[in-house]
Amino acid sequence: MLQEFKKIIREEEDFVIIDAKGIYYRELNGLINELILNGAKKFRLLNVNGQRFIADGLRGGYYIEIYGTAGDDLGGFANGPTIIIHGNIQDGAGNTMNEGKIIVHGSGTDIIGHSMRGGKIFVKGEVGYRVGIHMKEYKEQIPVIVVGATAGDFLGEYMAGGRIIILGLEKRPEVEDIVGDWIGTGIHGGAIYIRGVITKDKLGYSANIKEIDENDRKIIEENVREFCSYFGLDADEILKSKFTKIAPISRNPFAAMYSDSRENK
Amino acid sequence: MVWKNFPPDFYVRVDKELCINCMRCIKECSFGVHEYDRKKELWKRHHEKCVGCLRCAAMCPAKAINIEKSRMEYSPHPVWTNKVRKDIKMQAETGGVILTAMGNEVPYMSYFDHLVLDACQVTNPSIDPLREPMELRTFIGRKSERFDLEEDSGASLKTEIAPNLKLETPIMFAHMSYGSISIEAQLSMARAASKIGTFMGTGEGGMHKDLYQYADHIITQVASGRFAVHEEYLKRGAAIEIKIGQGAKPGIGGHLPGKKVTKEISETRMIPEGSDAISPAPHHDIYSIEDLSRLIYALKEATRYKKPVFVKIAAVHNVAPIAVGVIRAGADAVVLDGFRGGTGAAPQVHRDHHGIPLEVAIASVDRRLREEGIRHWGSIIASGGIRCSADVAKAIALGADAIYIGTGALVAMGCTVCKKCYTGKCPWGIATQIPELRKRLNPDEGAKRAANLLEAWSHELKEILGALGLNSIESLRGNRDRLRGVGLNEIDLEILGVKPAGW
Repeated sequence: MLQEFKKIIREEEDFVIIDAKGIYYRELNGLINELILNGAKKFRLLNVNGQRFIADGLRGGYYIEIYGTAGDDLGGFANGPTIIIHGNIQDGAGNTMNEGKIIVHGSGTDIIGHSMRGGKIFVKGEVGYRVGIHMKEYKEQIPVIVVGATAGDFLGEYMAGGRIIILGLEKRPEVEDIVGDWIGTGIHGGAIYIRGVITKDKLGYSANIKEIDENDRKIIEENVREFCSYFGLDADEILKSKFTKIAPISRNPFAAMYSDSRENK
Repeated sequence: MVWKNFPPDFYVRVDKELCINCMRCIKECSFGVHEYDRKKELWKRHHEKCVGCLRCAAMCPAKAINIEKSRMEYSPHPVWTNKVRKDIKMQAETGGVILTAMGNEVPYMSYFDHLVLDACQVTNPSIDPLREPMELRTFIGRKSERFDLEEDSGASLKTEIAPNLKLETPIMFAHMSYGSISIEAQLSMARAASKIGTFMGTGEGGMHKDLYQYADHIITQVASGRFAVHEEYLKRGAAIEIKIGQGAKPGIGGHLPGKKVTKEISETRMIPEGSDAISPAPHHDIYSIEDLSRLIYALKEATRYKKPVFVKIAAVHNVAPIAVGVIRAGADAVVLDGFRGGTGAAPQVHRDHHGIPLEVAIASVDRRLREEGIRHWGSIIASGGIRCSADVAKAIALGADAIYIGTGALVAMGCTVCKKCYTGKCPWGIATQIPELRKRLNPDEGAKRAANLLEAWSHELKEILGALGLNSIESLRGNRDRLRGVGLNEIDLEILGVKPAGW
């Protein structure tokens, strides 16, 4: 395979550079995999144009820079890599990711961070619907999604753990919506922090507005600072804003649905 | 007035002459039926708590216990049955959804019971499997259309062959999660599957570390909750199954209550201890066949195309076009779960009223895949209510490549189908996480019994094939000419692709 694609691969310092123009995703990913087996650690992918599954199921601290638009399920099931996208991402980036970082200089579409269990996703621009859906956490693994601009409806649906921070930069959160409706529908773990004030009518079933405590402030500060460090923004300015915390009404919001559990009361 | 369980389903009759007051029944019953008042030296039997599992009767050293179906019933009415009235009263009392377990309890017609197998007489000889080779081995996965050889290379194959599972018998253990059943029950099936050369499913609860040594015979599952789904987990199993639907509860998700998420379950599912484990009704990254294809290929990419990926769907009205979509989306096999399929917990209304019979689903999916010329693209695995080797043979003759058994395997390990799995108090140590109850199932014994069942059915399958004059299970697949319908109407016969008996 390496022989076949020799023309589009070159090395520069410790980077392996691949010109992904017009290559099918299966070949691109197969190529990356083969280069990894040959010892490559850092990649720069040029002219990426919608190729899916980049870094899918990848284990280890690999470093991948992407120029262009990454296709669906970027970093799905990933376990450790750092992926930097100079462009946009599409549906399902970070799907069921266990560990790693995805840093996006553009925007993202729907279900970013679906079921992710660990790692962090930073999107400078906006994201679509159902972002952070069914995010989880496990022991010391607490996944984080930070979005610089806005998010669509059903943010953090079914959320079972992790943290989502929506900054709504370049918006005036006191007058403009920076998040869609039905926030945290079915949420039963984790927390969502949204810059500005959110009213209860924006929340979905089982979500509630909670007081921000010292620990929450620490989480917001730490992640906003990291976010700003990637995109050259002023963290102190952002941290001056008021944030609203959204969390589940209880840990077991669906326990009372069945006749059986009601009998036991 | 408390109407719960009134009148009781069962009456516990204990023969006072035989009873030796050993108190064993108190220990054995996990539902608190038997009680002894030491002061008054009086026994009390809480008939309304009895679930009819027969654990106490089986374990009573004096054989003094008899569990009878209670004869006390409301005034008989053919429409407003006792069950209907009891359900209404319970819901009036609690305002909740009725939970139940195991398979569909409504006595819909069984197509299996209206199909008979052929046998050879005079014109074609039957085969004696004790004397002649008989092959039950089959392969699950995508089959190549043609084989191309590399030019100028002698005989090296150019065609990429898709990964397949090799089954020594066309019977596998269905996906039942750790959480819904005990690790002892899973271990029993894993050992039996390894011994016989077949596979078991993990269900959506992940793979407990005690199962790792049997991973070559284990199919991992990716369900909508994505519990335990991790690159190592995907790479560890022999195949991956995406669970879209379940025959016992088509169209709805699952919910393992937080109180059942113990330390070990939390570690296997990779979720915090005590937190609800919710599987949403759909996968929220799959709203279309195209999205399904994305998950199939995400899994294939993550495992470098080394593992077959199956997709399990519940048998529902438009099952044929859905299954075709599943196969076209890239699945190596479609699992059809009929409406008699079991469950550890499901709302009664879904279990009893959604979905269609497995038999018609197999027949229509097999036909549709043939019509479109893509039957070889993927295998058909049938599951849901398969009770004996004859059901296996009939399912295969209707078009299945292999079958899954769930309830049958549990019954082999001791289950008596009392339908209380969802309480987590399984008196046979199967559908429970309570340590004292789990001890009741010894995995050595369970493995032996589960393996015995597979051996017995496999032997019977060989005999069935012999009687049909066939020497391999693959010659029976889709061979509907060897089936006849008894008491089926014209449309049923057409859908099944089977002639009426006598023709």
